[in-house]
Amino acid sequence: MTMFAEILISVLLVIGGVFGLVGSYGLVKLPDQMTRLHAPTKAATLGVGSVLIASVAWFGFFGEHASWHELLITLFLFMTAPITGLMIAKAHMHLSWRADELPDCGEDRNWATYGDSAERSLLDKDSEDEGTERDLRE
Amino acid sequence: MIEYALYFAFICFGLGLLFCLYRVVFAPGVSDRVLALDTMTVNMIALIALFGILHDTTMYFEIMLLLAMVGFVSTVAYAKFILRGDVIE
Repeated sequence: MTMFAEILISVLLVIGGVFGLVGSYGLVKLPDQMTRLHAPTKAATLGVGSVLIASVAWFGFFGEHASWHELLITLFLFMTAPITGLMIAKAHMHLSWRADELPDCGEDRNWATYGDSAERSLLDKDSEDEGTERDLRE
Repeated sequence: MIEYALYFAFICFGLGLLFCLYRVVFAPGVSDRVLALDTMTVNMIALIALFGILHDTTMYFEIMLLLAMVGFVSTVAYAKFILRGDVIE
């Protein structure tokens, strides 16, 4: 049983280390910002995730009791990593691309972050209708 | 056996931190720097978890949680600052 736990924790630690290294090396190696954005997600999910699960298993097998707190951090990182990725991608798009340079997104509207479609979005349309209704009532 | 795996993971995440530091210093654009700093916080969380295993203590949990939250909020705030020139509008 102890041997099994040692093998499990060692494998999890090695997997975590390899994925953390790959994620950070991709940040240096990959040629374009949008591809570089892809690399650290490996470190954020598989790398840190398996290290934290190894930590849970370590305290479960060799400590007093298993501490499930580490899963909270894994959960937090899983929830926040897409948000940071979206924010950085939007910042990059607005810094280095004009709206007409971007590839076609398949609709007659432009990309959502470039305001063009926001003008015609349903939310604004509703508020405009409301505004006209209010004007008529007055 | 766990000890060797632990030191291997330490070396991997330390090298990852060095790669991120290189990217922060020599970055083509400012959003790249933000991305590299975000990856640095992620690597630091993993390193602190490894320290927790090495020293056999659960005291590092709060530090990890605080680092995760501060890293997330600072990344979003800086991306917002790049986008709008202001954090709170």
